[in-house]
Amino acid sequence: MTAREPGPPWPEPIVDMRGASYSYGGAPALAAVSFTARSGEFVGLIGPNGAGKSTLVRLVAGLLSPGNGEVRLAGLDPATAPRRTVARLCALVPQEPRISWPFTVREAVMMGRAPRQGLLAVSSRFDRGAVDGALQACDLVQLAERRLDALSGGERRRVFFARALAQEPRVLLLDEPTAFLDLGHQVAAMRMAQVAARAGLCVVAVLHDLNLAAAACDRVVALSSGRVVADGAPEAVLTAERVEEVWGVPVWRGENAASGAAVVLPALPRR
Amino acid sequence: MTSARARVALALAAGVLAVVLAVAASSLVGAQPISLRAALAGTDPDRAILFDLRVPRALVAALVGCALAAAGTALQALLRNPLAEPFVLGVSGGAALGGSIVLVAAAGVARLSGWAGEALGSAPPVALGAIVGAALSTFLVFGLGRIAGRLVPEAALLVGIVFNSFVAGVITLMKLLVPPEQASRLTYWLVGAVGYESAGTQAWGAVAVAAAVAVLVALSAQVNLLTLGDEEAAALGLDVRRARAWIFFAASAATGAAVALAGMVGFVGLIVPHLVRRVIGPDHRLLIPASALFGAAFLVLADAVARLAFLPLGTEPPVGAVTAFVGGPFFLWLLRRTARAEGAR
Repeated sequence: MTAREPGPPWPEPIVDMRGASYSYGGAPALAAVSFTARSGEFVGLIGPNGAGKSTLVRLVAGLLSPGNGEVRLAGLDPATAPRRTVARLCALVPQEPRISWPFTVREAVMMGRAPRQGLLAVSSRFDRGAVDGALQACDLVQLAERRLDALSGGERRRVFFARALAQEPRVLLLDEPTAFLDLGHQVAAMRMAQVAARAGLCVVAVLHDLNLAAAACDRVVALSSGRVVADGAPEAVLTAERVEEVWGVPVWRGENAASGAAVVLPALPRR
Repeated sequence: MTSARARVALALAAGVLAVVLAVAASSLVGAQPISLRAALAGTDPDRAILFDLRVPRALVAALVGCALAAAGTALQALLRNPLAEPFVLGVSGGAALGGSIVLVAAAGVARLSGWAGEALGSAPPVALGAIVGAALSTFLVFGLGRIAGRLVPEAALLVGIVFNSFVAGVITLMKLLVPPEQASRLTYWLVGAVGYESAGTQAWGAVAVAAAVAVLVALSAQVNLLTLGDEEAAALGLDVRRARAWIFFAASAATGAAVALAGMVGFVGLIVPHLVRRVIGPDHRLLIPASALFGAAFLVLADAVARLAFLPLGTEPPVGAVTAFVGGPFFLWLLRRTARAEGAR
């Protein structure tokens, strides 16, 4: 496997996973999963807790190495290629970003440039341009000099999204970008992911909210017990029968009259 | 950005100035009043007291403070906890144990072969033992502080504290097993006193400290990434295991050299980085060199306080006692503060 960084035109599908398995200790998390994602596509990964969504994302980012099968990121094996090369291709927005050191917003976003900087991470004109662009895209210009520990949850999420944009990746991985956010911030997060995909990035997001996934994603992939159980357009994947089968709850399946997007609501009995 | 560059230059210039002023101030005070003019004119005993005793001693204190503050800054980042510090984490203890083993072995070898024993008991082998001891204890503390693959700062701190008691016990045992003159040598060394060292000792001390701190400064951008957590650092392109191994090793070498020079001096690596961080912020590219400089100034002044505090009684506590006197309460205050911040989160 050569470690040379691939350039455009990017090999497609840029994310290509074939029969990949992974287990934590003895517990299998993914079993022979095949998954692809292309540039310009916004793919939602859905499935119940423990279905293997986060594991899949970590395999794509090369943070885990598959036990069986293979993972290709722009033609490279992300687990064995140099970390810097992988980080220039692929950015991961973690689910609950840790804030243990009070960096400013600008400093935190600048860390996205680390895979393109030298040993002392002295920032170049290009680095500062990328950071300014990312701050603007995420509506953080006003907050640029604020400390991370003085931000709200939604603002912090935007900072880590901006850091991923500053990384200028080809593949953007989002681990539950809407968790713990209110409705307005959820919609804003999905909008940013859509814009990134329109700009040509391959965006893969772990999502728990089926309706948000149905409304925003080009394609959804449903995982259950470490296997892909459905892959396709949200309307085709999110049938009442499949949701009941995978999540184990009876649901009402409807359609958004305005957009045509699938709507799934749990059928709770009234007390 | 020019403003950022100016900030860096200002902070480092202030640090250098602090070291120079601290060394000057510390050298001019002491039990024996001296005349600066006489000393500069080369008149003994003023010249000898200033240039042969006080300035070298202040420089040794500067080396020790510089090494401990830089190591403390790096360890805090790696543990993601402001309470980490070479002394509290047991790294100094490991260094003391490593150095003691070399000293005691030297006593044993001296009985068989005088020449080899002398060589082994001299400063560089003891320093090497201290550095190896520091490195092993760092890996022990950070290894046992890992629960289910995740580094738990509180666990690592507890391991360090327990390891310190263990080391204290072993060293007490060694003092009983070796001849009395060796035991008093061990006691005098480990008590944490900056002494009057030979030029050779100062030279290797300077080389070891400068090399270790230079490695920490070179890796400071990687230290920044490691504060984010292993997975995020890896996602940002860092080879986490290699970076961490290098930082551990450099922090251990700095601590080992400091312990070899002055024994167990605690809390410098806790107080100084904390105060410097409050002023210049969390960017380790500036924080590590600035902490190193202010750590040097801090320990020079602490040593001057140690020399002067009990002057009327004619005694002199080791500088480690001064730093413990300040650092113990500081640790507890920081612990309460950190716990409150965690509780509020």
